[in-house]
Order: sequence, then C-alpha cells, then structure tokens
Amino acid sequence: MIRRLPHPGIAATTAAMVAVALAVPRVVDEFELLQLTVFAALCILALSLGVVWGYGGILCFGQSAFFGLGAYAYAVTAINLGESTGAVVLAVVVPALFAASLGYFMFYGRLSDVYLGVITLSVTLIFFNLMNSTAGDAYRIGKARLNGFNGMPSLPTLNLPGDPGRVLDPTEMFYLVMALLVIVYLGLHALMASHFGRVVIAIRENETRCELLGYDVRLHKLLIFTLGGGIAGLAGCLFANWGAFVSPTVFSLAMTSQIIIWVIVGGLGTLLGPIIGCLIMQYLTTMFGTQQIANTNLIFGVIFLVFVLLVPRGLVPTLARLGARAFGPPRARDVT
Amino acid sequence: MDLAAILVIEVLSGIAGLALISIGLAVIFGMMRVINLAHGEFLMLGGYAAIVATNHGVNIWIAMLVVAPLVVGVIGMIAERAIIRFLYGRMIDTLLATWGLSLFFIGLVTTIFGTSVAGIRAPLGSVAIGRYSISVYRLVLIVVAAAILAVIFVVLRRTRLGLIARGTMENPDMAAALGVSPPRVYAMTFGIGAALSGLAGGLLAPISGVLPTVGAAYVAKAFITVISGGTAILAGTAAAAGLFGSVNQLLTYFTTPVIGEAGLLAAAILLLRVLPHGITGRWFRGSL
Amino acid sequence: MTGAVLETVDLSKRFGGVEAVRSVNFALAERELRCLIGPNGAGKSTLFKLLTGQLRPTAGRILFQGHDITGDHTHAIARRGIGIKTQVPSLFNALTVREHLWLSARRTNPAGRAREIVDETLERIGLTGRADAVVGQLSHGLRQWVELGTVLAGNPTLILLDEPAAGMTHDEVARTAELVRDINRTHALIVVEHDMQFVKMIARTVTVMHQGAVLLEDSMDRILKDSTVRDVYLGKHGGR
Repeated sequence: MIRRLPHPGIAATTAAMVAVALAVPRVVDEFELLQLTVFAALCILALSLGVVWGYGGILCFGQSAFFGLGAYAYAVTAINLGESTGAVVLAVVVPALFAASLGYFMFYGRLSDVYLGVITLSVTLIFFNLMNSTAGDAYRIGKARLNGFNGMPSLPTLNLPGDPGRVLDPTEMFYLVMALLVIVYLGLHALMASHFGRVVIAIRENETRCELLGYDVRLHKLLIFTLGGGIAGLAGCLFANWGAFVSPTVFSLAMTSQIIIWVIVGGLGTLLGPIIGCLIMQYLTTMFGTQQIANTNLIFGVIFLVFVLLVPRGLVPTLARLGARAFGPPRARDVT
Repeated sequence: MDLAAILVIEVLSGIAGLALISIGLAVIFGMMRVINLAHGEFLMLGGYAAIVATNHGVNIWIAMLVVAPLVVGVIGMIAERAIIRFLYGRMIDTLLATWGLSLFFIGLVTTIFGTSVAGIRAPLGSVAIGRYSISVYRLVLIVVAAAILAVIFVVLRRTRLGLIARGTMENPDMAAALGVSPPRVYAMTFGIGAALSGLAGGLLAPISGVLPTVGAAYVAKAFITVISGGTAILAGTAAAAGLFGSVNQLLTYFTTPVIGEAGLLAAAILLLRVLPHGITGRWFRGSL
Repeated sequence: MTGAVLETVDLSKRFGGVEAVRSVNFALAERELRCLIGPNGAGKSTLFKLLTGQLRPTAGRILFQGHDITGDHTHAIARRGIGIKTQVPSLFNALTVREHLWLSARRTNPAGRAREIVDETLERIGLTGRADAVVGQLSHGLRQWVELGTVLAGNPTLILLDEPAAGMTHDEVARTAELVRDINRTHALIVVEHDMQFVKMIARTVTVMHQGAVLLEDSMDRILKDSTVRDVYLGKHGGR
C-alpha cells in the first residue's frame, strides 16, 4: 500500500506492552503474575478471532475449536516426547491444518455468513462432546491418556529447546507470553498492511467486487482463516502450559462465546480492540467469580440482555464505536 | 436376526433422538430465520420441568408430554415478546440476546437447583428381543418422534393455523393486510418451537439426566441437523436426522461412540460442501 | 471472425421455460466500442451476466481472444483481462478512491508500478483531487466514475460496462461519455445502456436485442432510422 510510517497508535500500544512486560514481574506477586500470564495468552486468542472476523469478515463462532486443538496437541505431544519444543510446533500446526481443511470445505463450497457461524460453532461443540467422552484407558494417543471430562493434568511445561530438564519459571513464562503477544500483534499489523492483507479487507467490504478484480476470494479467506487457526492454537498451547492442565472446557460454548464477546466489546475491525475487550471481560469475570451473591452465568446473561435491549442502535455498532472512540484509531478503516 | 432387529431399533432411535432435539430449532430457524443460541437451554428446561413435575407426584407421562412443553412454550413466548421481537433482522444482536438468554437460564437453574444431576428413571422397563434386551422406552421415543412430525405436518398443511403461520412467514405485510397480526404469529411460532424443544427435553430426561449445562450437548447436533436439512422444516429435519442418525448409530455400534460423533461431523461437513443449502435446498424444495 | 477480442457462438440461456438469450452470435473487434441496447426484457442483462461468468449458459460458447471461457468462474474471467462494471456500483465503501485503484492495479503489477498506474488513472478519470475520499461517502455519479477507474486501473483488454450513465445528471452523462470515448482509444468496450442520449454520444456500432436475440447490428445512424427498431421500442410486435 502507500508507504506509511507505522501508525502512532501501533507504536504506542507496542511500547505499552513492552513496558508492562518489563515492569510487571517486579511489582506483582506470583499469583497475580500467573493471572496476567493467562490474560496475555487469552489476548493472543482474541487477536486470532479479531483478524479472522474483524478483518476477514468471516463469522467464526467456533474459534475455541482451534484453541482447544492447540492445547490438546501440546498436551499429547509433550507427554509423548517429554520435551516441549515439538509440542509447541504441533500446537500451531495441527489447528492450522484443521482450519485449512474446514476452511476448504466452507469457502470453496461458497457457504455464507449464517452457515459459517453455525458450522464453526457446531465444530467446537462436537469437539467438546467428543473429548468429554474419552474417559477411560482405551482413549490414549501414545502415552497420553485423554481422560475425557476429567482433563489431562500435570502436563510437562515449556522447557528450553533441547534441554527437557530446564523448565521455564513463572517469570520466564510471562516474558515469553508477552513477547509472543507483541510479535503476533505486530506481525498481524504488518500482514494487514501488505497486499495480501488489503485484499482480505477488501473481501470483507465487497466480495463480488474483489472477484471482479480477478482476486481469488476463496483462497484469501482460506489463508486468513488458517492463520487465525494457527494463532488460536498457539494461544491454546500457552494456556495449557499456564495451568499444566487441559480439559474439554477449552472447546465449550462458554469458551467460544467469550472470544466473540472480547472482539465485539473491544471493537470489530481493530487489533487493539480484541485485546482490550479480553482484558476487560477477564477482569470482570474474575471480579464476579469471586463474589458469591449470584451465579456468574446469571449475571452475564442479564448484562447481555440489558445491553442488547437498551441500546436501540444495536449493541455491536455502539460498543464498537465506544471502544473505537476510547481506544481506537481516528478513522474507522485505519488499523491500530 | 435379532441383531438386525436391534440394529434397526438402535438406528431408528438415534434418528428419533436427533429429530426430537432438532424440530423445535427447525421451526424457529426455518420459519423465522432466528438463530436461537438458547435452544439447548429450552431442552434443558423441558427436562427440569418434567423431573420437577414427576418428583411432585405428577404422572411421568403427563410430566413429559404436557407439563414440559407447556412450561417451556410459555417461557419461549415470554422471551419472544420481551426480547427477541425487538431484534428481528439484526442477526448479531439476536445471537447475543439468545446467548444472553442461554447464560441466564443456565445461571437461573443453577441457582435454583444446584449443579448436581437430577434424574428420573426411564419408565416401562425393558423387553427381550432374542438374546438382547432393549429398553421399551426407546421404542416409545421412536413412535413419539414420528407422531410429532406427523402432527406438525397435519397442522401446517391442513389447518388454518398452519396456513396463517406459513403465509406470515413468507410475506408478513400481505398477511397483515389480510387481517393477521404478524407479531402474534411470531410469538406463537416461537412459543411452539420452544414447546417442541421442551417436549424433547422432557422425553430425553430419563435417558440423559439433566444438568444445567446439558444444553451444550444437544445444541451442536441440533444446529447441524437443521442447517443440513435445509429450508423445509419437516422434510429437511427428517432427511438430515435420518442421514446423520444412521451414520452416528451405525458407527457407534461397530466402533465407538467417539467415532460415531466424529462420523456425524464429517458427514455434515461433506453434505454441506456438496449441498450448501442443505438437503431440501436441492430436493423436495418447496415442501414443508 | 478472426482476430476478434470477444466472440459468442450460438449463446443461449434458458430459465425454466423462458429463453432469455437465444442463440446469440456476437463478435467484437480489438478496440471496438459496441453498445448493446434493447427494450426491457430483451436479454441485455442476461447476456451481460453470461459474459461476466455470473450466469452459466445453457448452450453455446464464449471465446475471448480465441480462448474458450464458457462457464468459467467470474474471477477467472477477470484474470484473463476482462474488466467488469456492474449495474449497481460494486465498491468497497470503507476504502478510499486511491485504495480502490491500487487494489486493481496491484494485482498484476509490482508496488512501484502500481502506484504510478494509480496516479495516471486518477488523472485520466479526473479524480486526483478526490483520491483520499472514502468511497462510501461519495455521490452516485462519483461512485460510478470510481468504479470505472477501478476497472481501468487493472488494464483489461476488454471492458464490460452495465449502465455506466445510470442515475447521473446531464453534465455527468456528458463527462462519462467523454471518459468512455477516451478509454476506447486503448481498450475494447461493450456498453449496455438504456439512456439513448448517452448512447448517441458514444456509439459507433450498436447491437439491438429483442426477445433474447439480436435484432439488428449496425451503425448508430441506421439504427435510429430503422422502423423495426422503433416498433420494437414502442412495443409493437415485430422483430424477427
């Protein structure tokens, strides 16, 4: 595109993230450090849907499928290999391959919005059901027992490549996750500013016109969808490492719904938005989770209903606009 | 020979199960194009309604066939009047609202009943077929599912109510010009879709037990069945349930339930690749 | 016709019982400008959609520069060098004029050359001053020109225009005619149009369609004088 200097917003956001990464381990205790680590991992997950939906215009309601696949791929591989490097690679590759196959079926079959949403939602729910029923010794991949709804505990966590004994401590994990967050954030920006990225955005705006210009729309959608799947898988790997545990809840309706909410609250069409949305919602969930007055689901349900009803213009444009005005870029189409 | 009979019954009951959990969603999605993310919760509420009624002395059949659909039907109508009707045409907002409803119902039921599994036992016991025994209740489910589809067919095709409903869905303005109140029709249709789901939930309660979160187990399959079925409510649901139920049950019988589930998903994806508008997007188009 | 840029051979399209396009044999020479006119229901739009790949023919063939493109996907047809402007402007509402032209030019050119083409095209269609305007906020006439420029920036061999003057003021129509004539110096064009004023401003050879078939193909003058054409436009039965 027209060569521009990196948007000031991008530089500022990156600087903020780096500052947080450096400062946090010094000022918070271990518990909070762990909390922030998982928040950062979930931010990476938010980015994956942010780019697929916000930029690609692909209504993926099952992003948790790739998140979960990444988590499980890591778990199974790490247990079998006893070393984490290969596990991390598979945690990205397996969901990406799955996204590629699913994407092929959906985009080359020219399925539209509603159908995409429902199919992707169904995929993650089917994984949920599937993994829940894998309890028992029979269900194992190599040395790794899947354990159904109980989940897989005591996962070997990340070690320095080649040295299985040298496991990362919480501070090092935090640095790693933050570094990955910054890399993914900047990488996606660069991608969206490239020729490929501009075409993806154009497809979101008007698929027909893109085709009329000779671009292969299906291929572009497939590629961005696959990338989103890989990034979500990476987030899943980090998530599994955070708790040294993975269970079918990574595939659940609750999980996939959260990801959607992060993107909507934060702002559909920006990269910073999903990050902010994720942080806000995670903070609220933690806050509500610790109080005993009422069930979390109940509260969130009421909040959604109240919002949807009391905001006549529609929840999405208003929140997105509020989000954009507060955290986002000056122009709707710009990238932050 | 008995094996064949058992297999047939297994497959039919799998199809019946799919049809039951899908028909309510098919009515709401097929007629109103509303994606109801609270569908699983309607099933769940039906299950709880049946169980609570039974535990309070109501005859189990009345609890499942009358109380459950009534309760959930009313809940559905209230939800439509209070929330959904403001959001027609706004897909994402409808999704958020029904998702909010879903969370709300889960939270509400958890608050009232706690998270433990409630249960009632399947009535009627079992019957022997050759060397195998099979729960009579499963046979009942097959019959009931078929009966429900038949009743809906008759109502839609042969009654004035059905005609009004179909007309309003096609062209609300025209219907209004003819003196029909579209809002009323929408409320009724949503209520009936909810009632059907409640009925299914009640009927399936003895088989699966109910948790506040049991909806999630049904939602995926219901959605896949409805989308694969296509625009015709009855023909589509029947065809898709038939196809997927067979694949699922046969694979489950000969291998494992896990492969059965995976087979269902694979079948659905392949089907939608070939027939993007569902089965009745291509065949039996224009049928009910 | 040898050396034809575009040629259709017995092209037909049937919708159920209706034959919207009947055995059309059509040929366009290099850098020729052809207007396609006819009353409502004549089959112009259907023929247009057959050429753009938005509809598949039930019979017959379409040849572009000698290659058979019958039944090809739209984006494949576009890639072969056919630029398409649809009846209702099909644009990227959130993007700027410059970004539209850039996307078009960048597909087949490296970044540097693409930028040059964008500037040249902006000049040619007279939108240099509006280059950074967001297209969704432009008036209808401007949007039509943006679409024209977008198509042009891809340097196609043949440009298909469906009602480029629709919804325009008289001055805008004149300007569009000027643009089309200018574009015709370097590209072949097929223009489907209803607006006879516009057609008169640009036409050389005109193809008149009626009831799915080609009624007459001749210069603008002779078409205007032809009584059969007049009858057809006035609704009298006739034609072939």
